[in-house]
Amino acid sequence: MGEAIVITSGKGGVGKTTTTANLGTALALQKKKVCLVDTDIGLRNLDVVMGLENRIIYDIVDVVNERCKTKQALITDKRFDCLHLLPAAQTSDKSEVTPEGIKGIVDELKQDYDYVVIDCPAGIEQGYKNAVAGADKAIVVTTPEKSSVRDADRIIGLLEQEEMESPKLVINRIRNHMMKNGDMLDVDEIVNVLSIDLLGIVIDDDAVIKASNSGEPVAMKPNSKASLAYRNIARRILGETVPLMNLNEERGMLAKVKRFFGMRT
Amino acid sequence: MTANGQKVMIKGTRDGLTLHLDDQCSFESILKELQEQLSMNGLTEEHPMIRVTIQLGNRYLNEEQKEKLSAVVREKQKLVVEQIESDVLTKEEALEWKENTEITPVAKTVRSGQRIEIKGDLLLIGDVNPGGQIHATGNIFVMGSLRGIAHAGTGGNTQTVIAASYMQPSQLRIADQLSRSPDYESEGVYMECGFIDDSHGKIRIDRLQEVVKKRPDLVSFERRMING
Repeated sequence: MGEAIVITSGKGGVGKTTTTANLGTALALQKKKVCLVDTDIGLRNLDVVMGLENRIIYDIVDVVNERCKTKQALITDKRFDCLHLLPAAQTSDKSEVTPEGIKGIVDELKQDYDYVVIDCPAGIEQGYKNAVAGADKAIVVTTPEKSSVRDADRIIGLLEQEEMESPKLVINRIRNHMMKNGDMLDVDEIVNVLSIDLLGIVIDDDAVIKASNSGEPVAMKPNSKASLAYRNIARRILGETVPLMNLNEERGMLAKVKRFFGMRT
Repeated sequence: MTANGQKVMIKGTRDGLTLHLDDQCSFESILKELQEQLSMNGLTEEHPMIRVTIQLGNRYLNEEQKEKLSAVVREKQKLVVEQIESDVLTKEEALEWKENTEITPVAKTVRSGQRIEIKGDLLLIGDVNPGGQIHATGNIFVMGSLRGIAHAGTGGNTQTVIAASYMQPSQLRIADQLSRSPDYESEGVYMECGFIDDSHGKIRIDRLQEVVKKRPDLVSFERRMING
């Protein structure tokens, strides 16, 4: 019996889908059986980020309406046999499915997989309610912006009413130089306001955009900072204790030597 | 009090007159005797208005009866009824009084979009995040950061205060007064308290220690007994 984790944020565009794709990939890298579920019906894009768009035959709405079996709608990842995707529908909208419908599917998937990672749509309406219905745990994604932190706070308040453990926080798109100047909210401040456990921080990395455009999650790239961040988050989910990434880039001779020998700075 | 058969006893104090009414006889006989007693006082025009406090003892009067009683006293030109005090309360009043004087502890983070409403004083153990709201008919004490909206004295009590360990509210409201945070980015302050400054009638924030001086009866039992 696996566990279902919902990735949510309230605000749109903070990186829910990217986080879902990379977390799934990173867990699969750790040899876990993972199923990604896209609940953003009508605006699906998890399949695009994973590079699996051309393989879709059935989708989640077909499963809910019993037009196909759950197994038939699942798509196996190009890279890992242990990673599957249940895509959202593009032609219908969020009102086509009910929280109970999604919960049924998630409960079924939990039997076969170690982790079911659910990508939640933006907002706090029907789509959000569908996505959290089957989840045991929640990860709240935010960026170091006031508007996004405010929405994360709202979502955490709503999640606290659900029967699940306290959500965990991922801070995405950190720009180190702006944080240092005080132009961006810093990590401590965000954690302080939201008062939930920090699961990880991800640096704003060009590689992320490049990777999602090429349909290859950044977690596959061995040496990008964002990739390492996602893999660290996956390890923390598996129960390992991994220290937070050091934001300050080391400069100077010693760092160069270290980098030459492939040591992480 | 009833030793000499008198049902109404009038005492003069520094603040005016106090009428002690017998609480064993009928209400009608009280009114009658009161009318007689008061009509004996001959006052001249130059006298200032006299404030009257009526002590009912162990007698309960409903609003209608209280109105009647005040009317009898008011008939005499120089008398104004300031207060009618009774030693007894109805259960309903007692419950309401208890609710409004009790301090209710709440342990949670009030997040964006959440709202807490309390009768009486609120002791919040946790933060109020931006977009969160807390309301109380009495005082508000936040053991944590106040970053949202706090409204004390929602019933109109202007003597209430809002205290917080860390004060960076988006709005403070006390009774019908409102103050908002400045438009520029500002740091919060530690251990401060908002209250209505009597000289301006506006909300001011000051150190907690200063406010205790201005509201010495903040937590005393007497305040609750009287203002209840």
